[in-house]
This record gives sequence, C-alpha cells and structure tokens, in this order.
Amino acid sequence: MDEIDRNIINSLQDGFPLTPTPFADAAKALGIEEDDLIRRLQALRADNVLTRFGPLYNAEAMGGGLTLAAMAVPEDRFEKVAEIVNAFPEVAHNYAREHALNMWFVVATERPEEVAEVLEAISAGTGLEVYDMPKQEEFSLSLRFEA
Amino acid sequence: MELSAKDLALVRRLSDGLPLSERPYAELGAPLDMAEDEVIARLKAMIEAGLIRRFGVVVRHRELGFRANAMVVWNVPEEVVSEVGRQMAKAEGVTLCYRRPRRPGRWDYTLFCMVHGRDRAQVEALVAQIALRFPYEHKLLFSSRRFKQQGAIYGKVA
Repeated sequence: MDEIDRNIINSLQDGFPLTPTPFADAAKALGIEEDDLIRRLQALRADNVLTRFGPLYNAEAMGGGLTLAAMAVPEDRFEKVAEIVNAFPEVAHNYAREHALNMWFVVATERPEEVAEVLEAISAGTGLEVYDMPKQEEFSLSLRFEA
Repeated sequence: MELSAKDLALVRRLSDGLPLSERPYAELGAPLDMAEDEVIARLKAMIEAGLIRRFGVVVRHRELGFRANAMVVWNVPEEVVSEVGRQMAKAEGVTLCYRRPRRPGRWDYTLFCMVHGRDRAQVEALVAQIALRFPYEHKLLFSSRRFKQQGAIYGKVA
C-alpha cells in the first residue's frame, strides 16, 4: 500500500460521485487516471483491505432488524459454537471478546421480527442463553479509518 | 421512503458492491431495466433518506493496521446516559457509541462504544483519556478473534 492507496482509502469512504462516470471523476479529484484508480481498488479488494466498494446500508431504515447479541460460551466448545453461529446468514459479524460473555455478534435481518427468531434458533442450536442487546439510542456513526 | 420492487432489486444487486468499471451505474441498471440516470436518482434518494449511510470504500480495519479494538462498556445511570453518550461520541478514538439495555444480575452497562487503535496500548491510553472526563465504572472488552465480518444482506426477494 503506497501513498496513493492511502489517499484513496481516506478520501473515498463516503461521498463517492453519483455521476455517469464516477471513477473518472473521483480519479480526477485524486490527481490520478481512471484506470489507475480502478486497478488499485481491485488490488485493495483482492488484498482484503476493502470488504467491498459501495453502500453501507442503514439496516433499520431499510426496514430490517438489527441487534447485538452476546453469549457465555464454555472455552472447550468455543470453536463448535462459533461454527454454528457463523453459519446463520443473518450473522454479520462475530467477535470473541475477553469477558464472561465472550462471544459477541451482530444479527441483521430482512424484517424486524426475524431478529427474535434468529436468536431463538441460535439458542436452540447451541444450547446456550443468548443475550439480546438492541440499540436503544445511537450517538454517532463516524466509522471512518485513517489509512 | 417507500422502496419499490425495483429499488429492492437495485439494493440487492449493490450489496456485493459497485462494479469497478467506467459506467458502473449503467451496468447496475441494465439487467433491472433501469436507465443510468434512474439508478443515480434512486441512489441519491436513498442517501438523502438515510437508507444508505455512506457510499464508498468499506474497509476492513484490521487489514488497515487497526489491529486492536475494544468494545468499551460503561455503567452510566439512565438519567444521564443520553447526555453522556452524546459527549462521549465526540471523544478521540470513539468510532461508534450506542445506548443498550442493562441485564440485571448479568450485565450492568448501558453505554457501549467502540475504540480502535493500532495496538492495545494505544486503545488503553485513549480509553484512559475518556475515563478522565467520564468517570463511570467501565470495562474494556478486547476482541481476541474475529470470526466473521461481512455486509448484511438486504433486499432479498421474499
């Protein structure tokens, strides 16, 4: 990753042009050629620096359901339980964290009422209690990263 | 904003990302029978309505060098949690800040924020700074492993 790649990541996290030729327009603003920008984005995606290029949807505004859930998983069952949880397509992220509640995952569903169904299915599939910790209020979403 | 069947089809096609090509909006619209300018207009409307929070590169923070992240949870009384949340969201290192429910006997924390840093020491230092201003009991839950990080899937046809 060089200076130009860092520039691309830092300046294209939001506000990508909605014009007929957006890569040409974005490249111009960055002072590079369109095909160079496209090639670099392809490379960054292949290297897994980018998950994708496009929209970050707001699940609730899209009419979907979203929650954060936690479980206390016995250490010796951790891998097996992670496999079961991750197999649900509605599980968007899953992290092991250092606490008695040691597995934390985000569930995003098409319809709000499906959240409870998914959490129940995870509980049934793992035999563990699932703690639902839905967002009650949001104070920010400035999830931007400097490269 | 009401999403039409066409909008949902567009959302679904976009969930894997925008084609990296010269005319990506035309390419997106073609199989949906939508003209380029219609695709652009619908996307603009979705951004304006807040359905799309951001539009651009979606990064994996770990691969960018933000190897440490802690979910920092704070035991803030309900009466002040909204005000504290609004202030804390602006603190350095905080990328997300949410209020979530207590689970009496199991979980006492009402305010959750994510703090990202290059390493654990940097995250701890950032949290120490925040705790000086907001002296509530708190815990840092570092992530030891990431199992999954993908975009949520929307616009599936029921």
